[in-house]
Amino acid sequence: MAVKMVNLTIDNHSVSVPAGTLLVDAAKKVGIDIPVFCYHPKLEPVGMCRLCMVEIGRPVVDRATNQPVLEADGSPKLAFGPKLETACTTPVTDGMVVMTDNDKAAAEHKDMLEFLLTSHPLDCPVCDKGGECPLQDLTMRFGPGKSRFLFDEKKRLAKQMPLGELIILDRERCIQCARCVRFQDEIVDDPVIGFSERGRSLEIITYSEPGFDSIFSGNTTDICPVGALTTIDFRFKARPWELNAAASICTHCPVGCNLTINVRREARSGGRDVVKRIMPRQNEKVNEIWICDKGRFAHHFTESDQRLTEPMMRKGHEFVPVSWEEALQAAASQLKKAGDRTLALAGGRLANEDLFNLRQLALGLGGEAGLYSIMGGGELLTQVGVGQGTNLGDLGPGSAILVIASDLHQEAPLWWLRVKQAAERGATLIVANARPTRLDKFAKSVIRYNYGEEVEAVASLVPEYKSEVSEAVRDGIQGILGAENVVVFFGSDGLSLQGTTALATACANLLVKTNHFGRTNNGLIGVWPNANTQGAFEIGYRSMPDLAGRLAEAQAVYIAGADPAGDDPALAEALRKTGFIIVQELFMTQTARMADLILPVQAFTEREGSFVSGERRVQRYYPAVKGLPDLRPDYQIVAQIGELLNIPLEGRVASLVFLRLAEALPDFNGLTYQHLAEVEEQWPIYGREDLYYGGTGYHNHQGMGVQLKPAAQRVEPLYLPDAPEHPALTVPEGSLLVVPITRLYDRGTTMLPTSLLHERMEKPVIYIHPNLATAAGMQDGQSFQLVLNGISTLVQVIFDENAPVNAALLPRSVGVPIQGPALAQKEIVSA
Amino acid sequence: MNEFQEKNSDEIRQILAKYPPEYKRSAVMPLLHIAQRRKGYVSPDDIRNIAEILDISSTDVASVSGFYTLFHEEEGGRYRIQICTDLPCALRGAETFLQSVCAELGVAPGETTSDGFFTVEEVKCLAACHRAPVLQVQGEDEIIYHENQTLETFRTLIEDLRRHGQAQKEGA
Amino acid sequence: MSQYILLRHRDTPNLHTLDGYQASGGFAAFQKAVTTMKPEEVLQEVKDSGLRERGGAGFPTGIKWSFLPDKIWPHYVVANADESEPGTFKDRELLEENPFQFLEGLMLACYAVQANLGYVYLRGEFWQISEQIDGCIAALESAGLLGENLFGGNYKLSLHTHLGAGAYICGEETALLESIEGHLGQPRLRPPFPATSGLFNKPTVINNVETLANVPPIVEHGAAWYHTFGTEKSPGTKIFSLSGNINKPGNYELPLGTPFRELIYGHGGGIPGGRGVKAIMAAGASSTLILADDKALDTPMDYESTLQELGAPLGSASVIVVDDAVNIGWLVKKTANFFKHESCGKCTPCREGTYWMDHITQRLIEGEASLQDVDLLYNVATQMQGRNLCALGEFSTMAVTSGIEKFRDDFEALVKK
Ligand SMILES: Cc1cc2nc3c(=O)[nH]c(=O)nc-3n(C[C@H](O)[C@H](O)[C@H](O)COP(=O)(O)O)c2cc1C
Ligand code: SF4
Ligand code: FES
Repeated sequence: MAVKMVNLTIDNHSVSVPAGTLLVDAAKKVGIDIPVFCYHPKLEPVGMCRLCMVEIGRPVVDRATNQPVLEADGSPKLAFGPKLETACTTPVTDGMVVMTDNDKAAAEHKDMLEFLLTSHPLDCPVCDKGGECPLQDLTMRFGPGKSRFLFDEKKRLAKQMPLGELIILDRERCIQCARCVRFQDEIVDDPVIGFSERGRSLEIITYSEPGFDSIFSGNTTDICPVGALTTIDFRFKARPWELNAAASICTHCPVGCNLTINVRREARSGGRDVVKRIMPRQNEKVNEIWICDKGRFAHHFTESDQRLTEPMMRKGHEFVPVSWEEALQAAASQLKKAGDRTLALAGGRLANEDLFNLRQLALGLGGEAGLYSIMGGGELLTQVGVGQGTNLGDLGPGSAILVIASDLHQEAPLWWLRVKQAAERGATLIVANARPTRLDKFAKSVIRYNYGEEVEAVASLVPEYKSEVSEAVRDGIQGILGAENVVVFFGSDGLSLQGTTALATACANLLVKTNHFGRTNNGLIGVWPNANTQGAFEIGYRSMPDLAGRLAEAQAVYIAGADPAGDDPALAEALRKTGFIIVQELFMTQTARMADLILPVQAFTEREGSFVSGERRVQRYYPAVKGLPDLRPDYQIVAQIGELLNIPLEGRVASLVFLRLAEALPDFNGLTYQHLAEVEEQWPIYGREDLYYGGTGYHNHQGMGVQLKPAAQRVEPLYLPDAPEHPALTVPEGSLLVVPITRLYDRGTTMLPTSLLHERMEKPVIYIHPNLATAAGMQDGQSFQLVLNGISTLVQVIFDENAPVNAALLPRSVGVPIQGPALAQKEIVSA
Repeated sequence: MNEFQEKNSDEIRQILAKYPPEYKRSAVMPLLHIAQRRKGYVSPDDIRNIAEILDISSTDVASVSGFYTLFHEEEGGRYRIQICTDLPCALRGAETFLQSVCAELGVAPGETTSDGFFTVEEVKCLAACHRAPVLQVQGEDEIIYHENQTLETFRTLIEDLRRHGQAQKEGA
Repeated sequence: MSQYILLRHRDTPNLHTLDGYQASGGFAAFQKAVTTMKPEEVLQEVKDSGLRERGGAGFPTGIKWSFLPDKIWPHYVVANADESEPGTFKDRELLEENPFQFLEGLMLACYAVQANLGYVYLRGEFWQISEQIDGCIAALESAGLLGENLFGGNYKLSLHTHLGAGAYICGEETALLESIEGHLGQPRLRPPFPATSGLFNKPTVINNVETLANVPPIVEHGAAWYHTFGTEKSPGTKIFSLSGNINKPGNYELPLGTPFRELIYGHGGGIPGGRGVKAIMAAGASSTLILADDKALDTPMDYESTLQELGAPLGSASVIVVDDAVNIGWLVKKTANFFKHESCGKCTPCREGTYWMDHITQRLIEGEASLQDVDLLYNVATQMQGRNLCALGEFSTMAVTSGIEKFRDDFEALVKK
């Protein structure tokens, strides 16, 4: 459909923009800045700050002839309204003549700024926003030079109002633009902040428990045009002009949000660069201009004093520091000894370069490399993953999205946001889960199954599947049948490794049967536990269903970026039987404690690398800080060991490793770091000098990444397995089914060091429906010893009306080992 | 069902029936009125309960309650005596009347008498300008206008209210 | 006036009961409309009558009704019984004493735009009136005048009250709609206008109580009859709320076009103590101050004349009389404080401007202001004008600018010597 273009004149520039464009955006496109405060290109216009008023003339049309009336000189006669109009709410029309900067408009801008400053404390010298403050910038540009308002008559308001532990409000600085309130309501559906009172007394309040209870709260500090909202993390920590910036990628989930890491050299840290804050970096195809609070705040692990700082070797029960030379030698000789009985086990938080080298090393020894993951099925995405060019932001009418077995809000917040928005734009959303999630509200159809019936639930959506179906399923089938594009997200809610693998296969088959693969905006997305789980699958790693057996058999295990012993006592047991254990890590994990050799590594802030997101977008991150002198990136350590073993690996810089990888893997053929660094023009214009328009986040000039083509899009034959048998869950009398769920704020290795989030972190609890709980003799709030697979842990009972009536929910990574659905004794003994 | 809902279930049902089901939120002010009627102010518990009934956030309820001047979030006197001192009334001596009322009760505007019975407040126009001085009494469950006031009528009024309030207290 | 159109209860006993109202011909118009007239015909009658908004703007009511699109349903009608403009107390008298005529008007409006649901939005202080109106609605339901299949036809109608809670801004129609929808009473951006997207995002008519009370007689007696009252462009009678320095304050129903002098000295009995009248405010606190000279006193009170001849809109016709003992600086302090208290805070000029004007006028009456402050006050007001999101912001500046323009001496008398 061709977009109708509208021609108009703004400050003597001829402009042609699509019909429906707001004047403020039309001006922006030709580089004319109309000052705004309440307007934000991602929010519905409200026209309330009145800063953006401009003078508008419209061609006069003769009512009788419907022809434009002409002046004597033949130019169209213009009619000017008696009042200025708000550019942020006025759509362009043909022939409009707009003056953003004439005397009338300039006076208006100055007057509004003067009004705003009458209430403003003008405490710029101590304000965190100082230096990147729209109010400050616009005042310099448009505002009055001197105050006519009596300082004593200014309102004195609370300057330190914590809205919870993350965000702090300075009431005096607030200019009531409501950007934050509208963001929370419109964009993320968490209306947990609002205005109270009225007139000049309007003030932001929160009544949620905890305060400002939203996993997206940090974004409000980016779009707040003054220093009213700041994060407790950054407040008083640095002045914006002292900061340096490095592009990065979030390591916490498979979305791959683009970040900018702000750093500053500090005497306190011996003159080294220190991470001061994490900001979003625009990528309209991935995270737009937002990030979740985990991405923003949970970076403290990188500078934790618990980090491993030097190689260590086991001497009896002790670890003793050794030189890198000694460590590498030891590793090489042990691996050589083990030869084809070497097992490399990698976690999904390693970079592609690390994973590639590690796998090459293991294969070079004749050994094996496996992925440590709670989810399987990633190899399917290399065939039927979403097609190149897929953008969730493009999905709307004509598209269907199926989200199955995933609580996207908790597992991949930005995907939740983008799927929600797609549904609001008109995409058909089908949510299938054993329990309600926050996406249900936006779904066209909500399919409820019992834990264990995931594969059947997918199968029932294949149109030819015959059997009585519920209305929700029928709607789901209709939704898929009627859609031009279908994207399927599968997750791990309540599932084991085998369960997710079976589910992934079922989803792949659904897409193939309905012919929704191999094309842009069609295909499969895995809601992986880690940022680069998909990368591991691309590089050839597969998850290992019989991991315990493999560990026990191996003569040498090389574990990088994974903590099997910490997650599962059975794996710890297996490791006890292993010959030699090398652990490459950031922290002294349980697994590291069992190691014979510990190799410390650099954190993502200290090095370069690349990840593959769940949408198969390859994105690179850059070093932000130097880090400790003696640490090395994973890929380099592996390459150095390789050198000692005569296995030639690239270890000099990440870009060269990537070149090797791209040669070796067909999907990556031809890709280089330069490609990953390419950017394209994005809309809205964001994060440049004009911070008042979009916010203080960063413009992307370091790369938007490259989405891989799945095999199907390259028109290669598919090799899809049939969905494996997925044994039904049977719950014997007297047993309680407990299933794992994923929570954003878990107690994982990279979360715990961020003390700021401790209050919001999940505790060892089970969520259980009151009926089920009563049947099991449990009371709300009670603590008891939960015995799963022979292991007993103290957990607390939380009644949850939303939990299913036949299974209790146990969050992953909170200290209670659970690998998949498990049975517990129903009658409990209170602790 | 929360305690607030249980206590007022009939009335709440009637209120909800006034609005289209998908605009349940419309009932927020009527429910705040019920809450306020019981104690003379809206408590944080009321706010949570109303939010739960209407499926909106507590913040949204608090925000509405905060905007409108007839909702109070803090306990005041048993009766709020609200005297209009807006322009038309002021032209007819309302400001002097306010002063004598305050002197009579021994409080300043905004304050509560030591026995906790009366809070005196200034309010804006009550649509009774032709019968100034005028005041309204915001009590436990109603708002009543008292027009064409003099100090004498006012004295009788507060005596009545005291008696009534006292009787209620003892009856309770 | 011998014959009342609106304040009929003053002549007719028991008009506030359904029986009493019906006994004097009540609901004949509604029955006539529903049983013998098409909705368009009712609308046309009101259009022809030339009835203009009594809520303040003076816009022709029938034309306003005709803006509702017939492609989007349902339609709603909302009666504006928020009556909060200082100096206005006419709707209250109608609601208390002649409620059924108002309700019948509301019902006719509903029928004319084919709404099946109407709301009456009352200011929270009208708690008792709201109970009374609920009683009236219940009586109408029992009498079969509200409900399904009215008069055996297909038309159905329900009415509900909705009580505000102390906010002048909720008289502004879009803020009123926000308030019914359970939000802060802050005005909405326009367009879209309520006629296309109003209550619950549906086409909505919002009318003042007095406007609606005019409708039953118009439908009953016809547009031509209505034109026998008032002026050509401002037909009909109007209730003038007379207050301030006046011997007989109260509501007076008079034909539009009656001169100020007749209202103030005739009906109102003149100024207490025989003082002179200094200024007149014709539209409550939102008024442009009128210098009460002979010319002004002889100006007819209708929508054209006061505006054209005195530069002051008639608004809701709440006539506040100000005698020559009053200092206009003090008066402006009262209005400024009112608007500061009532500004919703949504838009910058009003939120900040009213706050600022309140402070300057406070200093002024405390004798702490300088001559420059008077200019600054004037400046702040003009700096707001034309930039506010809704009319409240504009209203707040009217007394300030007109006061300083016409009564500058009063301000100078207050400044620090
Ligand atoms: C700040 C403000 C307050 C208002 N207050 C009232 C009011 O109390 N009652 C009223 O009927 N109209 C009031 N209006 C006018 C209404 O917005 C609207 O024009 C009116 O209800 C339309 O009804 P009408 O066409 O019958 O006059 C107010 C307008 C503004 C801007
Ligand atoms: S003019 Fe005043 S009342 Fe109207 S929107 Fe602006 S702040 Fe609110
Ligand atoms: S009114 Fe246009 S930006 Fe605020």
